[in-house]
Parts: sequence; C-alpha cells; structure tokens
Amino acid sequence: MWDYSEKVLELFYNPLNQGAIADLNEPDVSVVYGEVGSIACGDALRLHLKIQVSADTVLDARFQTFGCTSAIASSSALTEIVKGKTLDEALNLSNQDIAEYLGGLPEAKMHCSVMGQEALEAAIYKYRGIAIADHADDDGTLLCTCYGISEPKVRRIITENQLTTVEQVTNYIKAGGGCGSCLAGIEDLLLEAQSPETVAVAVAQQNNLSQSSNHSAPFATANPSTSTLASPPLTTIEKIMQIQQVIDDEVRPVLMADGGDVTLYDVQGDRVLVKLQGACGSCSSSTDTLKYAIEAQLQRRVLSTLVVEAIAH
Amino acid sequence: MVIYLDNNATTCIDPDVLAAMMPYLSDFYGNPSSMHSFGGQVGVAVQDARRQVAQLLGAEDTEIIFNSCGSEGNNTAIHAALAAQPDKRHIVTTAVEHPAILNVCKHLEKKGYTVTYLSVNEQGELDLMELEAAMTGGTALVSTMYANNETGVIFPVEQVGAIAKYYGATFHVDAVQAVGKVPIDLKSSTIDLLTLSGHKLHAPKGIGALYVRRGFRFRPFLLGGHQERGRRAGTQNVPGIVALGKAAELAQQYLQSVDTEEDHRNTLENQLLATIPDCAVNGGGAPRLPNTTNIGFKYIEGEAILYMLNREGICASSGSACTSGSLDPSHVLMSMGLPYTILHGSIRFSLSRFTTAADIQQVLAVMPDIVNRLRDMSPFSNDQAGWLQERDLVRAG
Ligand code: FES
Repeated sequence: MWDYSEKVLELFYNPLNQGAIADLNEPDVSVVYGEVGSIACGDALRLHLKIQVSADTVLDARFQTFGCTSAIASSSALTEIVKGKTLDEALNLSNQDIAEYLGGLPEAKMHCSVMGQEALEAAIYKYRGIAIADHADDDGTLLCTCYGISEPKVRRIITENQLTTVEQVTNYIKAGGGCGSCLAGIEDLLLEAQSPETVAVAVAQQNNLSQSSNHSAPFATANPSTSTLASPPLTTIEKIMQIQQVIDDEVRPVLMADGGDVTLYDVQGDRVLVKLQGACGSCSSSTDTLKYAIEAQLQRRVLSTLVVEAIAH
Repeated sequence: MVIYLDNNATTCIDPDVLAAMMPYLSDFYGNPSSMHSFGGQVGVAVQDARRQVAQLLGAEDTEIIFNSCGSEGNNTAIHAALAAQPDKRHIVTTAVEHPAILNVCKHLEKKGYTVTYLSVNEQGELDLMELEAAMTGGTALVSTMYANNETGVIFPVEQVGAIAKYYGATFHVDAVQAVGKVPIDLKSSTIDLLTLSGHKLHAPKGIGALYVRRGFRFRPFLLGGHQERGRRAGTQNVPGIVALGKAAELAQQYLQSVDTEEDHRNTLENQLLATIPDCAVNGGGAPRLPNTTNIGFKYIEGEAILYMLNREGICASSGSACTSGSLDPSHVLMSMGLPYTILHGSIRFSLSRFTTAADIQQVLAVMPDIVNRLRDMSPFSNDQAGWLQERDLVRAG
C-alpha cells in the first residue's frame, strides 16, 4: 500500500465536489470544463468550472476522474482550492499547491497533482478562447512519444519542481514510464537544467538547428560522441553500426520487456528499415507508436534525419 | 477480520504445517549434514519431506532439490539448461512469464543469447504454431509457466514439451502457481525441470524446490558444500523443508477431496458478472486454475478498487499500473491485447482452501457499490462527450 496522508484517504473515500456542473444559462455565469489524460494513460480528469464572468472568478468547481486513489483525491483537492479564486490566481496555482493541500503525495504519485494543474489550465484556456495548442510554453519537439510529452514541458516541470532524477520526471509527468526510449533525452534535460553554461550552449545550438532542419537534435551537449552536432559526418558503415548498437542496447531490451522485439533489416540512405516482432508487430496502432519511438531514439542517438520504416514480415 | 483473496501472492501457513515445522525451530536444530545422530535425525526429516514433495509431483525423491524460492528455482533451471547444451544459444519463453524468468532472459540476451518471447492471444493462450515456428536446432531451452499468476490461465505444457523434445531442447516449467492447485504427474511428462515455491501452497516463505529429471546433465548454480547431493550448496533450511514436505502432503490430500475452492471461485465470478454490468473475466475462455479469477471492470481504475476493498477488510490484487509504481499496466494483461477500457481496472481474486462461503458473500455484498461509486466519478462511464477513442475500445497491443 502507498503511504498516503490522511487527507488523501479522506478525500478519496469521501470526495468533495464530485460530478459535473449543469449549465443553467444563468446571467453573468459561464460553465466550462477542461480535460487531461486518457483511459490509455491510466488516468484522466475532467474539471468543471462555474465562472462569474463579471468578476472573472471561480464560483464552483467539480470533477470527474478516472484514476487511482491519489488522482481522485488530487481532483477533489483542486476543486476546493480553486473555489473563490480569480482566474488569474487560479492560473498561478501549481501542482505543488495541490500536493501541499493533500499533506503531500508519494513521489511516484506526483503526476496526479500535475494532472490537476493541467486540467485547471485547460478549463481556463478554453473559457478564454485560447487553444491549448497555442500554449507556447509546452509546444515543441515531442520528447516522450509514449505519453505525448514535449521537451519544453519536461524542461518546465524539471525547473518548477526542481527535479534531479529521471525517476522523478517519470513520477511527475509520466515521461519515460512507457517504452523508455526517451530516458536518455530526459537525462540530458536534467543535466542541462543543472548547469547554467550548458543551458546556454544547448539553447543556442537548438536554435541554430531548428532554423536549418525540421528535425531538431537538442541533446548535443550531454553526449557529443553520438551527436550529429558535434561529430563529423558519419560514413555509411559507421551509421549502420551506430544504428545497430542503439537498437541492441537501448531499444530492444525495453521492447522485449513488453513481449516485443525489433531487428534491423536494412539501411538505405536515411531510411532505416526494421522488422517489428512479437507483441510489437501484432497491431497497427502499436506498430505506429513503436516506429515513432524507435525513430525518435535513433534521431537522438545517431542522426537527426533518420526515418524508421517498419517492414512487413 | 481480514478476507484474504490474494493467495497467488502468498498463502497463509497451514496450522498443520506450522506444527510440523516447529520442533525443527526449537529442539531439533541439528545440521542434517553432521555425522552425529543428533543431526542424523534431522536428516531423516529432510528425507521424509523430499519424499512428500516427490509424491505430490509423481517424481522420485532424488529428483527433488530443495532451495530457497521460485526465483532461485527459475534462475537455476535456466542456467542448468544452458550449461547442459553449451553450443546452443537460443531460448524460447513467453511474454507473460514471471520476472524471475523474463529478467534472466533479458540478462542472457546481453550475454549473446537470443530469446524468443511467444505471444498470447486475448484469452492468454499460447499459439503452438508460433512455438513450432520459433524452434530451431540451436534452441537450448523452452521455458514456460504451467499457469499464469495473474489470470490463472493454464498452458498446454505437455504439448509444448513435445515440441521442445522434438527439437532437442530442454523443457523447463515454472509451476509456482500450479503446484498444489492442479494434479501434476511428472513420471509420464515431457518436463525436464520444474520450479515450485513453498509459500504458494501454505508453507512459509523462503523454501522452494526444483525438480530435475533423472539423467538430466545438471550443473549446480550455487557452488559450495555437498548438500542436496552436490546440486545446491548451502546448509539446508530444515524447518522450511519439513514445512514444504507437510504442505505437499496436505496439498495432495486436498487435490483428491471435493473441490469447494473452485465452487467458491465460480460463485464469486458468476455473481459479480451477473450483478455488475460492463465487466469481463480476463482469460475466462481458457483453461484456468481453480482458485483464480481476474476480472476487468470497465471505466475505473484498479488501485481505487483495491483501496475501497481494503477499507472493507478485503485483500485482492490489481494488474493496474498504479499499484506497482510502474506506469504501464501488467505485462500479462497488455500481452493479451485487452482494450484500455478494461486494462487498468482489472482485479485478481485468488482463493485458497481456507476461503469460506461467507468470505465470498462479503465480497459480493460490497463490490457492486464500490464499482458504482467509482464509475460515478469516472468521466468515461457516461461518455456523452465521446472522450473514449476507438483505440481504447479495441486491442491495446
Ligand atoms: S516512455 Fe517516453 S517515449 Fe516511450
């Protein structure tokens, strides 16, 4: 059993503000909801807000949550915290505020508090007519394809919560908790966050690169030996050997853990042809996911222009 | 009062087992390897226990090696099988094995072995054609479980073994979940090596055994003294061994008696399905252990169900990610390709011969309300907004 605080258990067993808010079309009142997560991810929250338009204030908040004990408690806590706040005040709430209200959360469950903060943001953005995609802060290269988490978002969560390990990042936003092929990328961002000079160099390199290519390879500083930025162009044989090594050392072990496998079939220019096997080859959506997961890893570790194609077997 | 329905995790010690082992924790503390009669009488108890375990499996006494647990048995079996055929470097196992197999295989891959992980279908069943296609002359070992710990699905081990033998491979079976729950007769079997663990059949933790077919070229995993006929070094855990022997004897008696455990399981399963909409038995279409049911409750999450059950004094287990600290749901349920709507909300109830009809009634009394309360909270139960995607409703892959 997890070491949950009494407050977590109290709000789980007797949740406050559970349910939806009916829109009664009252004057000066607007009802809106924001949602994050999915059933595939294992948790999801739909946060309903009743907003007094003239005062720009949250009159009431309610939640619908699919998730574990702490996800339900975090959602309930959020609805309590946010009531009476102006929308600007609400936008300033962090996941830490939710966790503190609950008397703390086990670190492995911190993502529940992040989910609450994100649903709040989603609801307010929706109310204000700002598309979530316009939320420039978290836009950018996808780092964790399993959970659809961008690199800027990982960077933001690292800074906001002063995270220092990959496990913490996974606990907070799940990145790295799936196939694991983004773990090296997360590690690089952690290193970057710890060293101010590295940050400056990485940002400069990333800017240069994103001007010249669609495929950014932002992890140059931490691992120059396998980086496209720091190394001279690869010969064909070097390229194939590096691809093979990344597949063997970093990709196959994680796929195998889930009953899948991948083998390198051929390399034609920047096209990497692979065969997906076992559980990985059995359904079309997982094949796509895996293809992109492998591609992202090879782009990061070998060459940013590589494109992975799964061939039929 | 605790209602304990997590017997696939571990079982209580049978009072008769406890009584049998107690003297070996107090008065009879001699070392069975000693040359004096004080140790000698302990050695006799060890031999009796060996006979009891062998009888449960239809094996010979000399084919039983006592060890510490299922993980040790599995590690030993794999290494022994590879040592027996050092020129062969291919292993076949399944995607739904216990980590004590999967992690050894992953480790061996790093050492240059290739491993084929056989998939399972939506019922958790193996495809023997896939097994046959994976086999080569270079396959040293086929290792499959007898029955899955999460779903209770039983593999057709003798057919698997026949294929393994045809290709000249060693056949190992991790029978940790099956021993004591279904009859096993190794005399007429294709199994070369078989793992069992005491704490799954009402003996204490810390004692297990490995069956090694007579004539098998066995290389010990743990080197040292000559205990267990030189096949497993280390002073024997006499109280544990005596306990395992008694547990094996009781299990054998129980297997011959009228099976109320399966009746209880069926009552639980049927009533839950009848009273709670949108749930299904994972692996329910396959042959299963009589004590296990794994039920997926749609639209809600397993840890939340477990906490609600826990408040009612009911212990079960969940295949959901949130209980494990990992983020992906159980590798077993994932391998079965269950839809996401069910994957995260699966609960395993595993019974024992100590489970009573009243226990089952209590679970039946509280479950509908627990599921309703959580579904009430879930945005997916009444998905008017169409939040569920098609991919959530089909195979997760
Ligand atoms: S876990 Fe991040 S890409 Fe798979």
